[in-house]
Amino acid sequence: MNLISIRDIDSKDIEGILDHAEKIDNGKATVDLDGKILATMFFEPSTRTKLSFQSAAMRCGMEVLDFSPGTSSLKKGESFADTLKTVEGYADALAIRHPKEGAVRLASTVIKKPVVNGGDGGNQHPTQTLIDLFSIKKTKGRIKDLNITLLGDLKHARTMRSLVYGLGMFGANVTLVSPSGLEMDKKYLEEVNDKFGLNVKIDNKPDYSDADVLYVCRIQAERFADPYEAQSVMEKFRIKKADLKDAKEDLVILHPLPKINEIESSIDEMPQAKYFEQAHYGIPLRQAVLDYILR
Amino acid sequence: MLKVDTIEMGTVVDHIKPGKGYKVLEILNIVEDYPHRVALMMHVPSKQGGTKDIVKIEGKIVDKSAADIIALISPGSTINIIKGEKVADKFKVELPDELENAGKCPNPNCITNSEKATNKFKKESESYRCYYCERIFKAEELV
Ligand SMILES: [Zn+2]
Repeated sequence: MNLISIRDIDSKDIEGILDHAEKIDNGKATVDLDGKILATMFFEPSTRTKLSFQSAAMRCGMEVLDFSPGTSSLKKGESFADTLKTVEGYADALAIRHPKEGAVRLASTVIKKPVVNGGDGGNQHPTQTLIDLFSIKKTKGRIKDLNITLLGDLKHARTMRSLVYGLGMFGANVTLVSPSGLEMDKKYLEEVNDKFGLNVKIDNKPDYSDADVLYVCRIQAERFADPYEAQSVMEKFRIKKADLKDAKEDLVILHPLPKINEIESSIDEMPQAKYFEQAHYGIPLRQAVLDYILR
Repeated sequence: MLKVDTIEMGTVVDHIKPGKGYKVLEILNIVEDYPHRVALMMHVPSKQGGTKDIVKIEGKIVDKSAADIIALISPGSTINIIKGEKVADKFKVELPDELENAGKCPNPNCITNSEKATNKFKKESESYRCYYCERIFKAEELV
């Protein structure tokens, strides 16, 4: 079994993975993959994601091999397929990250061992999407009918597109708040609506007064031609402690991390801030995923 | 109307979207050193109104897979297979549900544009999704 794209798995499989992750997190289940080997192959650096996969594998009793050339092996001229075919012989499963979109899908056609996508360019990052869904379920008990506001640069954030897909699948009410020009692609929203029906509101004003969950992602200054405009937009969209008094008391704030200054650091200590827990949920979730692909 | 000789054995592609005739020749790999007679007629008045392009190619039988690619750029075209100066077979091109080992993904960051891969696209309503990068494209973008 592979995990390449959120489009490949149905709600039943996702629920199975989330439930399993919940049991692992509670100590009610363990994953025993003793004697198996996970190869992490990161053709693009992402220390956190790699560490999270490696830690999850070790907690399942697996051994870990790392083959992370950055882009150096590409420079050497060995084809991606040849590299994969070599490493396939050393491991039982491969976690792959690559800057090109579709690289992990291609990997799955070249090798027979299970692969899990650790991010392929601007396309998919399914374990992050599952961590996001898991974090919402963990902190709120459910996903259905929750008001979930996604805020930031929704045009370029790959994880936000996939998250909307998952939220549509599980029947949440979605509000998309982004600076003008950085809205999520309409074609994508239509796809989710065609598949699951999507209750979505789109806004350019940072208002999250009716949100149960506020999911924040970064706005990068490079997206603006004018540095002054960048500065003022980023200031306007920054989550400030003072603004939280208008928000629901039990609001949950999530962020894929690393965050720079899109959330005031004084919020980190507040009960609403759940982004560090969210990062930790990556471990039981990825354990459940390793079990899913190797079962 | 222009008079172009009939062909003995080959293909006439008719009802091509005006201006796309040269693209049809490109798809069929009709290049400078093609040894037989080829006619390209552009902006010919059509009986259904408007104009169309027509190509006539001696010595080449257009098959289903080539017709699929023609459909991407000119969905209304018809293929007439000529044998012994007569129409032996006639069919309308159709947008295929799946396109394999054909077309090119227009996304420069798609892995298929930097590594060897069998291109694959799946039809979703009137568009196509790349099997690899998962992006959606208009049919004519794949040619
Ligand atoms: Zn592609």
